[in-house]
Amino acid sequence: MRLSKSWIIAAKDFKTLRKKKNILYTLFVIPFLIAVLIPAVIGYVAHKSPAELVVFLPAFLFFYVILAAYLATPIASYTIVGEKVEKSLEPLLATPTTDSEILLGKGISAFLPPLAAVLGGSALFMLLMDLTTKDKLGYYYFPDWNSAIVILLLLPLALLMSVQVNVIVSSRVADVRTGQQLGALAVIPFMGVYLAGELNLINLGEASNLLIIAAALLVVDVLLFFVSRATFRREEILTRWK
Amino acid sequence: MIETVNLTKKFGDLTAVDGVTLRIEEGEVFGFLGPNGAGKTTTVRMLCCLISKTSGTASIGGYEVGNGPDSLRIRKLIGFVPDSVGLYDDLSAYDNLDFYGKLYDCTEAQRKENIERFLKLLGLWEKKDVAAGTFSKGMKQKLAVARSLIHDPKVLFMDEPTANLDPESAKTVRDFILELKKEKKTIFLNTHNLDEAQRVCDRIGILSTKLIATGTPQELERALSSGGGTRKTVVLLQEQATDAILAEVRKLPGVGNVTAEGNKLEVALSDPEKQNAVLIEAIIKAGGHIQSATIVGASLEDVYLKLVREGGS
Repeated sequence: MRLSKSWIIAAKDFKTLRKKKNILYTLFVIPFLIAVLIPAVIGYVAHKSPAELVVFLPAFLFFYVILAAYLATPIASYTIVGEKVEKSLEPLLATPTTDSEILLGKGISAFLPPLAAVLGGSALFMLLMDLTTKDKLGYYYFPDWNSAIVILLLLPLALLMSVQVNVIVSSRVADVRTGQQLGALAVIPFMGVYLAGELNLINLGEASNLLIIAAALLVVDVLLFFVSRATFRREEILTRWK
Repeated sequence: MIETVNLTKKFGDLTAVDGVTLRIEEGEVFGFLGPNGAGKTTTVRMLCCLISKTSGTASIGGYEVGNGPDSLRIRKLIGFVPDSVGLYDDLSAYDNLDFYGKLYDCTEAQRKENIERFLKLLGLWEKKDVAAGTFSKGMKQKLAVARSLIHDPKVLFMDEPTANLDPESAKTVRDFILELKKEKKTIFLNTHNLDEAQRVCDRIGILSTKLIATGTPQELERALSSGGGTRKTVVLLQEQATDAILAEVRKLPGVGNVTAEGNKLEVALSDPEKQNAVLIEAIIKAGGHIQSATIVGASLEDVYLKLVREGGS
């Protein structure tokens, strides 16, 4: 597998994405809006006690993991089925590129833009949260080890999982809308974890718990890579899709 | 350059391509004619290593179709114009070609040179920075042709390249194919357009799931003519063909179908060179006045229709 080929495909997709303003707005507006709104509510409206804040802050940060999985959907679900619908998949498949190179290229193009958006959004969230809670807590809550695990491990792994689920779905469905609807289901496991945190079934402020979730995600991501290769069938895509 | 032996493709119980054996030499323009569903696109997809073959063998430039490593080598060797143009509408004409040039491992210098050359040849250079999505159908088709040539392939597969184009755009594409022919490119042309096949192709294959005939357009016409029945004499009369003339002509031995349209009379004859004297005598006897009488052989259209109908039955 030649990474250069994958990068050519990803670079083309980035160029195309720049023209799709609606997707770009969705991608960048939501994380930054949340980064501003939650600190504003917590700091100036909700009047939480320091003890409550220490519980809420890691849970809110975990919200960015859900967001990462969600934001991958509009781009990733479009990757293969979008090319098919626009009839550009056949000439692409006729070039000397392998399935793995195409899938990796599509994966990169669906991974990096949402990653930039959620990293930027979460960084702003932590900064504003620190500014609005310092008086109550007496110290800057972020960054800490837990937030490092969430931002540097959980967030990219969750995004990668969502991208792969969406690419697999995209290479199996026949229209973009179905792809997006099915691909959005990748968010559900992360919402489950978030709810479990809210219901005190799991402590998302505990580093060991976060590391266990990260390890599980890593295993799922590796498995999904092989599943995506196995389910990408050129012939089926070209001959069975209407 | 292209060789297939008993190439077959089945989709479940349906046989899309049945035992196609053909050989196309380097520099040859080969036209693949056939009705919808005859297996033309499936054959091209197999040869372009886009779908697998069920049985038989095929090779391009000595590389075996269906062999993993050879598939990548074949894809480097060929250019492909699919029946749908499949351009990236948001990208400019230049960026569309540049993207494919990179995938084919062309250097930056090669890409620049080829993009400029083909866009100029196809009259699109002035629009090189315009998004492909704004192009007319004809311009998009020309851009798709340029895309297939960006890496200077030795073999070009074109699937209905002039379908749905206006006559002027179709002519530009056809003229361009003739230019490529001069460059000794091997071209495999799927088409419905008999006139196009006749003008552009060195040889023609007629497919109806099975390959039912191959040859030059002239060979195919001659083969059908010598088979009897479809050669005809076209007689132009000075007046409208009357029922008396038609009745007299139909009485003659060895006469096939007789049709009349205004002052034009078409008479199918098994051996017009020998029968024309008797035919002319019969028309005059029935009161007709003849302007001219011309022997017409089978056209490619006659050949195509006859073979496809026979193939279908």
